[in-house]
Amino acid sequence: MSGVFYFISAVTVAGALAAVLLRNTIHCALALAVAFAGLALLFLSLDAQFVGFVQILVYIGAVVILVVFAILLTRDSEAPNQGVYSRTWLAGLVITAAVFAFLAWAVLASLPGLPRRAVAPAASVQDIGNALMTRYVLPLEIIAVLLTAATIGAVIVAMHEKARSK
Amino acid sequence: MAATIDQIFVIFANWVGGFFPAAWHAAVVDVLGVIGIVSVFPALFALTTVLERKGLGRMQNRLGPNRVGPAGFLQPVADGIKSLTKEDVVPFTANGIMHFLAPLVLVVTVFMGFAVLPVGRHMQLVDMDAGLLFFFAMGAATELSVFMAGWSSHNKYSILGAMRAIAQMISYEVPMLLSAVAVVMIVGSLSLPDIVSMQDQYSGVWPHWFIFTPWGFAAFLIFAIAATSESNRSPFDLPEGESEIVAGYHTEYSGFKFALFFLGEYLAMFALSGLGVTLFLGGWAAPFSFLSFIPSWIWFFAKVMLSIAVFIWLRGTFPRLRQDQLMNFAWKFVLPMALLDLVVTGIWRFLGPGWQQWVVCSLILIAAYVVMGRTAFAVKHFGPRRYRYAE
Repeated sequence: MSGVFYFISAVTVAGALAAVLLRNTIHCALALAVAFAGLALLFLSLDAQFVGFVQILVYIGAVVILVVFAILLTRDSEAPNQGVYSRTWLAGLVITAAVFAFLAWAVLASLPGLPRRAVAPAASVQDIGNALMTRYVLPLEIIAVLLTAATIGAVIVAMHEKARSK
Repeated sequence: MAATIDQIFVIFANWVGGFFPAAWHAAVVDVLGVIGIVSVFPALFALTTVLERKGLGRMQNRLGPNRVGPAGFLQPVADGIKSLTKEDVVPFTANGIMHFLAPLVLVVTVFMGFAVLPVGRHMQLVDMDAGLLFFFAMGAATELSVFMAGWSSHNKYSILGAMRAIAQMISYEVPMLLSAVAVVMIVGSLSLPDIVSMQDQYSGVWPHWFIFTPWGFAAFLIFAIAATSESNRSPFDLPEGESEIVAGYHTEYSGFKFALFFLGEYLAMFALSGLGVTLFLGGWAAPFSFLSFIPSWIWFFAKVMLSIAVFIWLRGTFPRLRQDQLMNFAWKFVLPMALLDLVVTGIWRFLGPGWQQWVVCSLILIAAYVVMGRTAFAVKHFGPRRYRYAE
């Protein structure tokens, strides 16, 4: 079990690192897909089927494709000659480390509060559906409104562009 | 006796598994299932290529392949030998690794979709709680392979084909998922065996297939349109429109890599047909209660081959759409109808059994179809064709 975990984690981290370090943007996008696939496998190895498959469906099937489309539509996909590192990489590093430390602290601090159970709780897809439609229906609706607003915003931006070009 | 023949493959797998230690039993049965999938569906692919070429030949008033073997049925063997012996050309400027990986990613992800399809009673490789979701997740991953093929070839026609293919697949994935959600709403489960067993009931001799309900019929039509488009079949075959962009994203592929793309496309067609059969046409259930003695796997493959025949028929009949027509059709007609069908399915679910649900649901769907059709046709002005530049 732990061997599988370490293997998947290594693939995920390698994919994420490649997504940052590679020079060709298309290669970066595909490396990101590898990282997402690794995350999905991690979820699956924890018996979280729903989250794992949604990770593949949404992140590989939609987000990476969107990234790739954006790269192809906006600029030449050839690799740049000089490096693509931002000049403010030090600030970025500090912010990343701070966010990571905060998240790690939150996770570690919440560990003792968890109930110790002998068997892992089994959450079937049906349970998740019931929870989403009853107890957590308000957050779900708020996310739905947010996504609708984003879609409308995107359409408005596109329309504005068209009107200006006339 | 009928029950034995119905379960003959399950019994055989367990019998072979019995020769191994108990700890290996499940693994051996799984491996046998995988061998079944990777041998049966490619064999079906070989058969389908001949049937398609002969069928298209008949529709176009010619003979089709008839030289190799009896009535031309050994043509796929000749094709296979040809593609194996051809030179594997990789363009000089191509991105070697991605060019090599693209067909593999396509075939592997397409094969994985078959793992959850119930091809007969108790005959699916993995009985997953979220089987339907797994199937769609694998379908979404194939889009990436199409992009990899198009981009790595470093050819403008390949990239154009890949962009067309991805735009089309994303656009039609939405109505496809929504039409499947309608079924999930009624069954209350994402597990494909559950969906089939709910349809494996009869009133008198008539089956309880979802296609025989108003919401199911609408969802099936939407699913069929979206599946045709997802598998890049005519009339939605713009990604490989020969007259415009040579062969689309696999322009720069030759030899066996091209054969793998060909295989992947047909396997995707089988997988989508199998899913459509499972969701709406009763899966492995017999069409009449008195025909239940015929094994369930025969029914499944008969239904899949019927849907393949419809695919071939469509290809021989319809002209290719234009890109803007394709997008307009997806976002302005199919998607609203799919959303409306979701609402209708909810109404059906909560009206409960009785004649009211049939009348109400049918009326809503027919009214929406007529109104949308009328308004869409009203903006188009059909008349005698005018030639802008020729006159």
